[in-house]
Amino acid sequence: MSDFLDAFEKLLANAAPLHAVRAVEAGADSAAMWDALAASGFLDALVPEGRGGAGLTLAEVQPLWMALGRHAVPLPVGETMIARMLLAIAPEPVEPPQGPIALAVAGKGAALIVPQAQGAAHLLVEAGDGLHLALASGGEATGVAGDVAVRFSFTPGEPVAPSPQGGLRARAAVLRAALIAGAANHLTAMTAAYAGERVQFGKAIGRQQALQQQMAVMAEEAVAARIASELGCAAGCPPPLPAAATAKSVTSRAAAKVAAIAHGVHGAIGISAEYDLQLFTRRLHQWRLADGGERYWNRLLGAARLADGARSVDYVRTAIFPNQD
Amino acid sequence: MFDALTFAALPAGDEALRPLARQFAEEALAALPPDIRARSWSGFDQDFSRRLGAAGLLGLTLPKAYGGGARGPFARFVVVEELLAVGAPVAAHWIADRQSAPLILNFGSEAQRQTYLPAICRGELVFCIGMSEPGAGSDLAGVRTRAERTAEGWRVNGQKIWTTNAMHGDYMIALVRTSGGVEDRRAGLSQIIIDLKAPGVTVRPIADLTGDAHFAEVFFDNVDLPADALIGEEGEGWAQVTAELAFERSGPERIYSSVVLLDAWTEHLRRVGRADGAALALLGELTARLAVLRAMSIACTARLAAGESPVVEASLVKDLGTAFEQALPATIGDDLAAHPDEGVDPDLYRTLLYTTHIAPSFSLRGGTREILRGIIARGMGLR
Ligand SMILES: Cc1cc2nc3c(=O)[nH]c(=O)nc-3n(C[C@H](O)[C@H](O)[C@H](O)COP(=O)(O)OP(=O)(O)OC[C@H]3O[C@@H](n4cnc5c(N)ncnc54)[C@H](O)[C@@H]3O)c2cc1C
Repeated sequence: MSDFLDAFEKLLANAAPLHAVRAVEAGADSAAMWDALAASGFLDALVPEGRGGAGLTLAEVQPLWMALGRHAVPLPVGETMIARMLLAIAPEPVEPPQGPIALAVAGKGAALIVPQAQGAAHLLVEAGDGLHLALASGGEATGVAGDVAVRFSFTPGEPVAPSPQGGLRARAAVLRAALIAGAANHLTAMTAAYAGERVQFGKAIGRQQALQQQMAVMAEEAVAARIASELGCAAGCPPPLPAAATAKSVTSRAAAKVAAIAHGVHGAIGISAEYDLQLFTRRLHQWRLADGGERYWNRLLGAARLADGARSVDYVRTAIFPNQD
Repeated sequence: MFDALTFAALPAGDEALRPLARQFAEEALAALPPDIRARSWSGFDQDFSRRLGAAGLLGLTLPKAYGGGARGPFARFVVVEELLAVGAPVAAHWIADRQSAPLILNFGSEAQRQTYLPAICRGELVFCIGMSEPGAGSDLAGVRTRAERTAEGWRVNGQKIWTTNAMHGDYMIALVRTSGGVEDRRAGLSQIIIDLKAPGVTVRPIADLTGDAHFAEVFFDNVDLPADALIGEEGEGWAQVTAELAFERSGPERIYSSVVLLDAWTEHLRRVGRADGAALALLGELTARLAVLRAMSIACTARLAAGESPVVEASLVKDLGTAFEQALPATIGDDLAAHPDEGVDPDLYRTLLYTTHIAPSFSLRGGTREILRGIIARGMGLR
């Protein structure tokens, strides 16, 4: 598994170095980046072996998703993995379209803001009780600087498949959780390194106790985000609602805190466009908002919890942790 | 960051202990109202501890040769979790089972192991931890209590404070100065086992703001102890104490201190039939945080099971865990007070107020928030 991750890391380092990430954010063609990722075969990681994929579990893919977050990859790579799996496991399997596929859940005719959709060729949209494939043309930029999310207005046509058991959003939520965890852990390491180098008042700012206390909180949140994401992927696919909710709630909360501390510690340089920090903190906020933030998932989890008469520890142990047997 | 800490499942073999532990927990639960159960690990009941010992639920991390369960930290996690989940009174065996016994096993002489460990496994011996002093709280290296060599052994003079259970205790494992002075800081510190019934020991309970008295001041006036009162190596007290703190800081007790209140409030929502968005969001948030903290505590337990001493990781879990434990009374109080026309039953009211008043202690006992964050920052290479 770790060989696997190493190979993926190398791939990302080559295909999506930060200067290329910036270029894509600025609107450059992302075809070369995508082709390198597609050629690797990782896009079929979640597709069952019987359908030509690697048949990995969510728990096995979670470290790869974290790596995508760590590299601020601007394309819908994890999304495409999920889309290809869902199309492959449909009652009547659907041949996946070429190119990047972004994910969305359409409510009542509202406009969709789809994360990572800027380079996408297709959207896989859950609407009503079906999955729909749509061309990713005709979207509008959100107008937010450097944003790779795109706004679409979506009118459902014929679904290509029924909604999968457990729904699209829970799957997307555990992906976002892993992306957040990856970026948060990277930001923490980056920020600690910066605090060790930046000198003010004659010593590294990391020697200031007030700053050390901030950094410790950042580490706590980053580690909690990673473990929350692992927990969200541990119970298999589809992730049970309580596990997905836990993962997205805790990582979304952490995303905001980690981004705030990262900026605080860096001072002015952190918000400058030229410096890399903002590539990651902007992503954290995007992923926090995507597919339901902490309040959304907290409400669902709270309702599930209230409907269950178990004691708190038993509920957590049996509904959120993977089954032991 | 701290990548060694990863999600781990509890081994099925250790999970198998859960039903037996639950039986004991239920038994304790039946007799006690929630505000008493909310005392959780301050609840002192020696009979209960003896029964646990007889059932083989204590000393699970100790070898069979000393009366232990020869199972390891995961087994202990399962049992402790069951007991804390309902607030069973565990104080009479708590400290001995959690940290004194592993300390004696790791650093003690064979004679000391034979003397103390089997009785700890039977739930018969109450230990307390003598680290803090009036002038040495966060700055533990400032301890002044001194043990001097005599012809027969050691003579102890000085004072400890905030010593949990000292008034019920049989023994204290004290951090004392055996050479040099406070200016020598960590050097010259040793750990010594003090028989609290020895002449010259005075224990004075200290009442807390909830009306309980669970900790005490302890005075030593020419207390004579035998030569084998020293535990581990002379002068190694600091290193030994550091190892001990990894046991003290990583367990589920740093997550579950307010869980009785969480259950009582959940029951209240159900009873009054209130499922508004704010209440559900709060219940969901608390449940999600609880789940992740549990996973983090198990991840720490896995490091202990692998024979490591996860001091930094334990600090991280404790700080995050105690913040959660403190958030429970604060946010639940806010929820209930947002509905002043809703009847709150007296048990829930007492549980809420008890937990609210004692909550500040969660981030003090076992090392303060600021000190833990300093340890984490050091682990990050910042100090
Ligand atoms: C319920 C309870 C049970 C306890 N049981 C035991 C026990 O069984 N045995 C035992 O030995 N002790 C016990 N203690 C004592 C506990 O370990 C101490 O309270 C704790 O270590 C803090 O010491 P202090 O109270 O002297 O506070 P101080 O050290 O005086 O600290 C006061 C404040 O200053 C902050 N501070 C101090 N130094 C620094 C610094 N360098 N940087 C930043 N902030 C700093 C602290 O974080 C804290 O906020 C118990 C405490 C409680 C509340």
